[in-house]
Amino acid sequence: MNAQQRERQQGVARTIRRTLLALVLMVGFTIALVPLYDVFCEVTGLNGKTSDTAQVVAGGDVDTSRKIEVQFVTRTSAGLPWRLASETHTIWVHPGEVALARFTFMNTGLEKTSGRAVPSVSPSEGARHFRKMECFCFQEQWLEAGERMEMPLVFQIDPQLPQGVNKLTLAYTLYPQGPVLGGTYEH
Amino acid sequence: MVPELPPRPDKHQAISDTAAGGSAVDQGGHHHEQPTGLLRWLLTTNHKEIGTLYMLFALLMFFIGGTMALIVRAELFQPGMTFVVPEFFNQMTTMHGLIMVFGAIMPAFVGLANWLIPVQIGAPDMALPRLNNFSFWLLPVSFTILLSTLFMEGGGPNFGWTFYAPLSTTYGPPSTSFFILAMHLAGISSILGAINIIATILNLRTPNMRLMDMPLFVWTWLITAFLLIAVMPVLAGVITMMLLDINFGTSFFDAAGGGDPVLFQHLFWFFGHPEVYIMILPAFGIVSAIVPTFARKRLFGYASMVYATASIALLSFVVWAHHMFTVGLPLTAQLFFMYSTMLIAVPTGVKVFNWIATLFRGSISFELPMLFSLAFIVQFTIGGLSGVMLAIAPVDFQYHDTYFVVAHFHYVLVPGAVFAILAAAYYWLPKWSGVYPNVKLGLAHFWLSVIGVNLTFFPMHFSGLAGMPRRIPDYALQFADFNMLSSIGGFLFGISQLLFVAVIVLCIRKKGEKAPAQAWEGAEGLEWQLPSPAPLHTFDTPPEFIPERDSPSRH
Repeated sequence: MNAQQRERQQGVARTIRRTLLALVLMVGFTIALVPLYDVFCEVTGLNGKTSDTAQVVAGGDVDTSRKIEVQFVTRTSAGLPWRLASETHTIWVHPGEVALARFTFMNTGLEKTSGRAVPSVSPSEGARHFRKMECFCFQEQWLEAGERMEMPLVFQIDPQLPQGVNKLTLAYTLYPQGPVLGGTYEH
Repeated sequence: MVPELPPRPDKHQAISDTAAGGSAVDQGGHHHEQPTGLLRWLLTTNHKEIGTLYMLFALLMFFIGGTMALIVRAELFQPGMTFVVPEFFNQMTTMHGLIMVFGAIMPAFVGLANWLIPVQIGAPDMALPRLNNFSFWLLPVSFTILLSTLFMEGGGPNFGWTFYAPLSTTYGPPSTSFFILAMHLAGISSILGAINIIATILNLRTPNMRLMDMPLFVWTWLITAFLLIAVMPVLAGVITMMLLDINFGTSFFDAAGGGDPVLFQHLFWFFGHPEVYIMILPAFGIVSAIVPTFARKRLFGYASMVYATASIALLSFVVWAHHMFTVGLPLTAQLFFMYSTMLIAVPTGVKVFNWIATLFRGSISFELPMLFSLAFIVQFTIGGLSGVMLAIAPVDFQYHDTYFVVAHFHYVLVPGAVFAILAAAYYWLPKWSGVYPNVKLGLAHFWLSVIGVNLTFFPMHFSGLAGMPRRIPDYALQFADFNMLSSIGGFLFGISQLLFVAVIVLCIRKKGEKAPAQAWEGAEGLEWQLPSPAPLHTFDTPPEFIPERDSPSRH
């Protein structure tokens, strides 16, 4: 093995060390992407998620110059024999005003099951300005077969809501908790 | 295509393995016994044999994936459920995509890299010959697992090649974990191949060959290899999260448990967009080698080609969300991704104009590789332009998930990447096999392919603009004519690829005109100094390279 070949081998070893390092960094970056995405969404409201804990009423004046239309949409995902309905489909609120909406859960199945309503706000610019003081979405619900339950949502639209947004849609999707009934895949 | 086994002097073997950096090579002389038959191929560490294996594997996968495409086209020949059940149809669209992307196009390019990079830079072999063998043999294992899912209960993957969660997790078939394993193996194979290619290019160039003296195929592969290192871990991460969601109750992509399905799309396309450039950059390198040869001019704008390739690679990391304009991105994000996507047309345009400038006032002749390359330039540009249309966020809402998208990406992948691979095969077959490919068969193959490919994919632009969604087994009656044309074209294209197999078989059997070392009159590059067919071991002593005389960037 002459000097040139030895030099080449050292070069190859160095390149491999560096590419492996780059590879490890990219693996770390991939793992970091998940929490980064969550933080990014929390700051920007990008994915329409609202805070999953109760917030306190923000003080300050009610901005009576603006009226925001708040729509409620509900749906049930597969595997949970429940119905979720809102008493009102639309309410008009001033930013800063504390408002109440009522939702009815109903288990139409034959067993006691648990579910959770996951909220999503669109447009996503409005998500972090949608403040909830009380919401059934903070925890899971248990319903006996045939049971009906009425749950309140107390919320407030932050006066900081961007000027261009006049309508917010709050969508609740009911997801089964725990093992899904009937398996996840139908053959 | 398969090189003859020449006598192997021990001295040469020893030099070639050590020069290639094989510190693991046993100097004790195990080279005396050469395995024969199947073991030879299983144990080979020779870059030419491994390159051949890669390409034959890609050809096999091309036909398996192509058969699946023809099942899809047969079902879509007429409206109504005519040929297969929808569940099987979904598996066919999914497996066709996965096999063509990961099993055909990528291995074909890696095979070309194995064969060509060492002979183009004057190296005796790849830097890590044993790793090279391992990288290849992971692939048959991976795709055997992937294909075996078709026979499992619940069937194979049926959620599209993009395997969006939760369709692939909560609602996926039970075989999804096998699909994930297969993707992991293919990904590891790609990563190891990329490390090997980078180590070879950066360290084993013949003395005096600077980076800016390398042939463009080597340059494009160097950049592609860096893309692979950067994004394959992201793919591995995504499918690992899927595996955890499916089997271990996590909720990365499950909204019920606090996860976010849109996160999947962000992660997938952060991998997926660079991935589509992984499938086209080496094609640019191939065309940049062939066009100057048959225009009998040096490549116009060598340095700008290198910088354009690097720019495309860098831009590919900041455009991923143009695949998901409809998920509800904020306006600023839509604008950013729209403009950054359109920006890619600039370096791509630089490339196309450089090829045209190379042709300008050249002494052009139309040999088979040149025909495929010229067809590549024209048809890839069509695919590129429909890409610019798709980049426009407001109109993408109409095009999204329609056949217009199918037309777009097939134009860049079939008459784009596949034609470049075919051009490369016709161009370097004399070097690989020692005989020229049969011209009559090759011409028939070329013209039938061009007609077939355009008949298949051009009508899809119209059915897509008219609103036909992709990935459906049945469609509204107004799309019937376009679909019938597409199906006829698909079968024409598919069947004409058998001519290519005939060409390959003739070359392997050495039936045809013998090729000299300089197989094409205007060809430049170190590989043409080697005899045709190239012996198994080449450039044991680095060849002479004088940049002023040999560099493609010389003035």
